[in-house]
Amino acid sequence: MPTLTYLQAISDGLREEMRADERVFVMGEDVGVFGGAFKVTDGFVDEFGADRVMDTPLAESGIVGTAVGAAVVGMRPVCEMQFADFIACGFDQLVNVAGKMHYRQGLAVPITVRLPSGGGFSGGPFHSQNPEAWFMHAPGLKVVAPSTPEDAKGLLTKAIRDPNPVVYLEHKHLYRRIKGEVAAGSYETDFTARIAREGTDLTVVAYGAMVHTALEATAPEQLDGASVEVLDLRSLVPLDEAAILASVRKTSKVVVLDEANATCAAGAQVAALIAEHGFEDLDGPVVRVAAPDVPIPFSPPLEQAVLPGVDRVKEACRDLLAY
Amino acid sequence: MATTVRPAAAADGVPDVPGHLTRADRIELLRAMLSMRLLEERAMSLYRQGRVPGSFYDGFGQEAVSAGAAFAMAAEDRLCILHRDLAAHVVRGVEPERILAQYMGRATGVTRGRDGNVHFGDKDRGCVGMVSMLPDMMLVATGMAMAFKLRGEARAALTFFGDGSTSRGDFHEALNWAAVQRLPVIFVLENNQYAYSTPTALQFAVDPVERAHAYGIAGASVDGNDVEAVFEAVRVARERAVAGGGPTLVEAVTMRMHGHAAHDDMRYVPAELLERWRERDPVELQAARLRALPDPVDVDALRAEVQAEVDAATQAALAAPMPDPATALEGLFAEEAVPLGDGRAPWSGFAGADAARGEG
Repeated sequence: MPTLTYLQAISDGLREEMRADERVFVMGEDVGVFGGAFKVTDGFVDEFGADRVMDTPLAESGIVGTAVGAAVVGMRPVCEMQFADFIACGFDQLVNVAGKMHYRQGLAVPITVRLPSGGGFSGGPFHSQNPEAWFMHAPGLKVVAPSTPEDAKGLLTKAIRDPNPVVYLEHKHLYRRIKGEVAAGSYETDFTARIAREGTDLTVVAYGAMVHTALEATAPEQLDGASVEVLDLRSLVPLDEAAILASVRKTSKVVVLDEANATCAAGAQVAALIAEHGFEDLDGPVVRVAAPDVPIPFSPPLEQAVLPGVDRVKEACRDLLAY
Repeated sequence: MATTVRPAAAADGVPDVPGHLTRADRIELLRAMLSMRLLEERAMSLYRQGRVPGSFYDGFGQEAVSAGAAFAMAAEDRLCILHRDLAAHVVRGVEPERILAQYMGRATGVTRGRDGNVHFGDKDRGCVGMVSMLPDMMLVATGMAMAFKLRGEARAALTFFGDGSTSRGDFHEALNWAAVQRLPVIFVLENNQYAYSTPTALQFAVDPVERAHAYGIAGASVDGNDVEAVFEAVRVARERAVAGGGPTLVEAVTMRMHGHAAHDDMRYVPAELLERWRERDPVELQAARLRALPDPVDVDALRAEVQAEVDAATQAALAAPMPDPATALEGLFAEEAVPLGDGRAPWSGFAGADAARGEG
């Protein structure tokens, strides 16, 4: 099985779908000859042509809005935001037009919106955000966030084939850092959680880049041999509530980890779910680790102070294990 | 209060638009306008009886815009329809009974009670309903046209929008995008002089048609109260679109004769302005034109026919059930993606359209 980076796995999934289905095309700023800001579509224009690897005007509302129009007449657009942060400029088209369309009119909008998200390398307040919670709060959108190359490909394939608008968060800090075996050919990964590591003493619930932070922080040698389960959500909408509650039943102690700002984050929803439906299984308070509610600062010491890191997660787990 | 009303053709010298309309077409145009007028009159009285929840928006005085524009579109074309464009739904074939049920939030309305008033589009007739954020649908129509061009299809998309919409970014993004990609899309600007209470003089400093030219696309202003003139402008725009000539902005100059919605007494509109436009009522203009034909059309009979349809539709809609509250959570996500279907295209200029038309 070939070993690919997370970035290569995204490209691979997109390429497979474009080869298999002529309705699929990619559109965004600088995705054509330049191959995209992060090179996800590098070389695509040579294989698929400029029509299907479409360089668009610098207009995020336009990218999402025209994708909706193309989708309702039978296409399967894959939109690239250059950075996840810029989806703010396309928010209205995504939330009000795409998200509400099927409920209101019975008309499906099969679009995928790729959001290169996350911080960790001095991107500053406009190139580091994790905006997934905005879209979890908007009915009619599915939201997925892979953490491994295998899932990056499988979830993208599933997203493109889904008859609904899917927000696909690809974490920039994983692009070239994380490698793994990825099956050749085409496969789908369901919008469900997976256990990244089995454990019995405590559960860390995470997604995206934070899965790797959680795995590192809770390796057995880090926590005096404690057995920590890491649950990788993979999908935020739909949220795999059964998998979360099953893990809580098993370990009775939970740390919920977000890279996003804490208030109303995905992890807040997970914590609420556990409070409501897993209370009897708990053997300690639900502990949250997330970015405080400030923009992500630029300078490395400031950014490190804000983004949840291995030490913070380890400390939270150590405290909860001792509870 | 200044507005940018431009002179339009006089009512007495009813202009004749030559060429592409048969007698039956011209009657069909009047029928569509009458359907809109009488359906909205009925809906307004249902609203006053408390049978229409929320608010009620109508297009009284603007019937020629949606009737004329939709009439120029082919079955395989696609439309994004706004809140003062009921005649476009009628032309595409949406049944009056479903329209009235829509207003009343019934289970048999086009959105099955999920959305209100004219926020609907019949997906099986090639139409997408508006959202309240204007003019979002300009980008959606642009995207439809983008797909047609990608697939090499000779089809066009059309969207309506208002004078207030020209201030928002999506207007500019859509005009620019459609121009850059030379897309087969028609933007019909319904300049009805007011965005809620705001006159056009507070909305833009440049003639909207000049803006179209500035973006590199064709633009034309047309008498929005003359249904045949609107038809002709959109017909030409569509011809250009499907021939690869790119987008067109058609400005239909008209007047909103009622308030923004039923609650709005419109005290901000000068009475003499309304009076001036009342003399150019679009339904009466077309009726006068047809009465003046060498073989005059019996407009009264046509009106009675449409009124009977509206009466029957009212009874059916009133008898229809309200939606079951147990279904409120259903249909958020699609199980499969079925693209928009084709609509009715009654214009005789479309081959094979005759069978779909009631008139001979």
